[in-house]
Amino acid sequence: MKAKSPAYPYLAWMIIFIVAPLLIVAYFAFTDKTGAFTLANISQAGQFSPVLLKSVYLAAIATVICLIIAYPLAYILSRTKVRTQRMLVMLVMLPMWMNFLLRTYAWMTILENNGILNRFFGLFGLGPFEMINTQGAVVLGMVYNYLPFMILPLYSIMEKIDGSVIEAAQDLGCSSMGVMRKVVLPLSVPGITSGITMVFVPAVSTFIISKMLGGGGNLLIGDIIDLQFLGLDYNPHLGSAISLVLMVLILLCMSIFNQFDNEEAVLL
Amino acid sequence: MKKFVCILLALFLLAALPLSCRAEEINGVDVSGFTGDYDKFKGQNITINVYNWGEYISEGSDGESLDVNQLFEELTGIHVNYLNFATNEELYAKLKAGGADYDVIFPSDYMISRMIEEDMLEKLDFSNIPNYANISDNFKNMEHDPNNEYCVPYMWGTVGIVYNTTMVEEVPDSWDALWDEQYAGQILMFSNPRDAFGIAQFKLGYSVNTTDPVEIEEAAAELRNQKPLVAAYVMDEIFDKMGGGEAALAPYYAGDAITMMEENPDLAFVVPKEGTNLFSDAMCIPKGAKNKEAAELYINFMCEGPVALANSEYIGYSSPNEAALALMDEEMRNNKIAYPDEGVLDNTEPFLNLDEESNVLMSNLWTYIISSNDNYNQLVMPAFVLGAVALSIGINVARSRRRKPK
Amino acid sequence: MKKLSKLYLGIVFFFLYAPILVLIVFSFNQSKSRSVWTGFTLDWYVKLFHNEVILNSLWTTLSIALIAGVVSTILGTAAAVGISSMRRGPRRLVINTTYLPIMNPEILTGVSLMLLFSFLAIPRGYLTLVIAHITFCVPYVILSVLPKLRQMDRFVYEAALDLGCSPRKAFFKAVVPQIMPGIMTGFLMALTYSIDDFVISYFVSGSSAQTLPITIYSMTRRRVSPEINALSTILFLAVLTVLLLINVKDAKIWKERRKKEAARL
Repeated sequence: MKAKSPAYPYLAWMIIFIVAPLLIVAYFAFTDKTGAFTLANISQAGQFSPVLLKSVYLAAIATVICLIIAYPLAYILSRTKVRTQRMLVMLVMLPMWMNFLLRTYAWMTILENNGILNRFFGLFGLGPFEMINTQGAVVLGMVYNYLPFMILPLYSIMEKIDGSVIEAAQDLGCSSMGVMRKVVLPLSVPGITSGITMVFVPAVSTFIISKMLGGGGNLLIGDIIDLQFLGLDYNPHLGSAISLVLMVLILLCMSIFNQFDNEEAVLL
Repeated sequence: MKKFVCILLALFLLAALPLSCRAEEINGVDVSGFTGDYDKFKGQNITINVYNWGEYISEGSDGESLDVNQLFEELTGIHVNYLNFATNEELYAKLKAGGADYDVIFPSDYMISRMIEEDMLEKLDFSNIPNYANISDNFKNMEHDPNNEYCVPYMWGTVGIVYNTTMVEEVPDSWDALWDEQYAGQILMFSNPRDAFGIAQFKLGYSVNTTDPVEIEEAAAELRNQKPLVAAYVMDEIFDKMGGGEAALAPYYAGDAITMMEENPDLAFVVPKEGTNLFSDAMCIPKGAKNKEAAELYINFMCEGPVALANSEYIGYSSPNEAALALMDEEMRNNKIAYPDEGVLDNTEPFLNLDEESNVLMSNLWTYIISSNDNYNQLVMPAFVLGAVALSIGINVARSRRRKPK
Repeated sequence: MKKLSKLYLGIVFFFLYAPILVLIVFSFNQSKSRSVWTGFTLDWYVKLFHNEVILNSLWTTLSIALIAGVVSTILGTAAAVGISSMRRGPRRLVINTTYLPIMNPEILTGVSLMLLFSFLAIPRGYLTLVIAHITFCVPYVILSVLPKLRQMDRFVYEAALDLGCSPRKAFFKAVVPQIMPGIMTGFLMALTYSIDDFVISYFVSGSSAQTLPITIYSMTRRRVSPEINALSTILFLAVLTVLLLINVKDAKIWKERRKKEAARL
C-alpha cells in the first residue's frame, strides 16, 4: 500500500477542474476586454465595498443568531436518550432534503403583507407588520437555511463530551452555569468554530435569499456577482474581480478565525 | 397480373402515405390551412431550444387554451425544449457567456439592434417563413431591423401602471404616482435597468434614448430617490404580488396587466399622460444555432393565424399578426389596453439601442441603485482589509509573546 | 429544566418545519394561489405526472446525482488511497487544494467552472453538469475515506500480501472492507449534495439539461406551480420513510446487541 498512483486520476481532475478555473478567474480579474493587464476591475470592485460590508454584516448577524439558537439545542440533543437522540438528529437533517428555494419561497408565503403570519396577527387586531422585503427577512432566510449546518457540528462535538466529566464537575460543586462555562463551552470550541465557518461562508455569498426575501432592493455581494455573469450584462472581468475579492476576504477571515481558534486551544 | 396490380397499388399507396398523413385536425386545431413544410423534419428526432420570456406563450396549463409547443411537436415531429428568461439583459448575458445553444430567442426591440450590432444574430431565410406575409406592415422595416433581415415580430404593447383600486383612490395617470410618499412600501418597480430608467426619463421629460450622461445620471438620481418607497424590484413576480394584493401600484406591460386583471378584478391599468414606451418583441435566431431551418419552421408556425391568436389571447399581449387579428373576437380586438387609440400611441417612444458607453453607464448606475442604500465611501474597503491584516498580525504577535516566557 | 428543554426543542423544530408544512398543505390547495386556501384537491398530484418539464428535470437530477455519486466515489476512494501514501509535503498541498471547493463559497466554484467551460468551448449542458457535480462531490468522498484509511489496520493488507495475494486482490479483499463505511458515507454525501445543489448547477447548466432546482428557480420568478409542492411532498415523504426505516433497523440491531451484552454479563 505504498502506491501513489491511484491518486493520479484525481490529481489530474483537481488541476483541471479546481485549480485551473480559479486561475482563470484570477486571469479575468486582472485583464480587460482586449486581454491586457489592468487593475481597473479590482478598483471598480472596490466600489461595491458597501455591499460587501452589508453582506458580511448580515451574514455575521445570521451566524450569531444560528449559534445562539443551535448551542442549547445541540446540548439538549446530546444529553437525551440515545434512541430519541438519533431520531431528533434525523429530524434536524430532514429539512435539508427539501429544496432550499422552495423553503425560502414558503417563507414568502408566511411573511407577506397578506401572508399567513400577518393574517394570524390580524385575528388579534394586530399589524399588518412589514416583514417581507426587509433586511430582517434576509437574515431570517439565512438563519433558517443554514441552522442545521450549525447544529450538526456542535452536536457531534458535544455528543463526544463524556457525561462523567460533567458529573465530576457537578460533584466538585460546580453550579450548572459553571459546568457550562468551565466544561462544556471549552470542550465544544472546535464545534463552534466549524459551525461558524459552515454558516458564515454560504451566508455571506448567498445570492437568491436576498432576492426572494429582500425584494430585489437589498442585494448582497453574491447577487452582484450573479448580475455580472448571468443577470445584467456579461462582464466576466468585473465579476471575476469581485469574486476574487470575496474569496480573499473569506480566506482572510478564516485564517484569522483559525488563529483565534488556536489561541483558545493554547489558553486551555 | 392481379397480384402485380395489387403490389403496384400498395406501393403507390405507401408512397402517397407521407403526403396524406398530416391529419386535418390535431388536438382540436384545424391545421389544414397551415402553410409551411411541416413534414420536413419528421422522424429525424430533432430538438430545438426555444428561449422565451416567462408567461409568454399559450401553454394550455389552464385546460382551455392551446398548448402551442405540443401542437408544434405533433405537427412536425420536432421536439421543443422550452426555457424562460426574465429580462432582455439576462438573455443577452446568457448568449454572451457562450456555450448555450438556443435556436429561437424572443428579444425586444433595443436588444435586437444591440445583438445585430454585435453580430449575435443569424439572418433569417424568409423563404422558410411564408407566414411572414401575415405580419402587419406597421411592424416591418422597424428601426431596430430596418431591412427586415433578422427578426419576425411576435407581440407588441405599451407600458403603464397597474394599480389596485382598493388601495389607490385617484387614477394614477402620471408617473409621479410611483414617487408618491403615501404609497411608500406599496410600490413595485421593474427590476431591469432599461424599463426602470425609461420611467424616470418619461417623468423628467427626457428621451428614453438619450445618451447624454448628465440626463442618465439624473434619471438614476430619481430612481435612487424612489428606492425608499419601493417594496420590491420585480419582473414576473408581479403576477403573484399584484394578484395577492401585496402592493398598490406597479409599472408593467399592458398585456400582462390584462392577465392580472382577469385574475384579480380589483386591478386596473392606466397609461400615464407623460407618455410611455412602445415595445415590440420579436423572434430571432442566435448566431451558431444548430437547427436553423427547424428554428425557422418554428417561427413560421408561430405566425400561423390560429397559433398567433392563441398566444395573443392567452398572454394578453397585442398581436402584430393580421391573420390572428382577423380571427380575434370583437371584445379582445376592442380592448383599449391591448389596442390603444391613436392618441395614446402617438405619445409613445420605442427603445433604441444606446451606444456602449451609455449601456455601461446605465448598468453600473442600476447595480448601485439596487444594491446599496448608502453612499459609497472609497475608504471603507481598504480600511476593512487593513484592519483584518492588522488583527491577524496582532494575534500572531500576541501569541509569540505569550510563548516566549516558556 | 426537562420541560423547558422540551419546550425549546419544540419551538426550534416548529421553526424548522413551519415552511415545509406550508408547502405540503398548499400542495392540496385547489387554486394556484399560495396564500389563500380554497379547498382540498389531489389534482396537482395527477397533473405532476403529466408535467414533462418537471419529470424531465427530476430525471436529470437523479441521473446526474447517480453518475456523479458513483464516479466521485471511485475517483475519491482511489485518490484517498494514493494521498495517504504520499509524503507529508505533497499530501498537505493536495489535501488543502481538495478543501478549496468546500471552503470556497459555492458561487465562486460555479463562476470559475463556468469560465473554464466557456474557455474550453464546452457547450453547457448535461456533460458540464456532470463534471461540475463530480468536482464538488469528490472532496466529500476523500475527506470521509481518509480518516478510515488512517484508522485502518495496515497489517491485514500486508498479511494478505504475505499469504500470496496480488496487491490488487489484497486491496479489494483486505483494505476495501475496512474502509467501506467511509466510502458509503462519502457516496451518500455526494448524492445528497448533488441532488440539493442549485448554485453551481445554475452557472454551468445550459439549454439542454436542467436539474430540478434550476426548474424550481425559473418557477419562483413568477409563480411556483403547486405541482412542485406535490413533488416536494412526495420526495419529502420518501426520504422520511427511508430515514425511519434505517432508524428502526438500527434500533433493532442496537437492541439485539444490548441483549447479547446483557446475556454475556
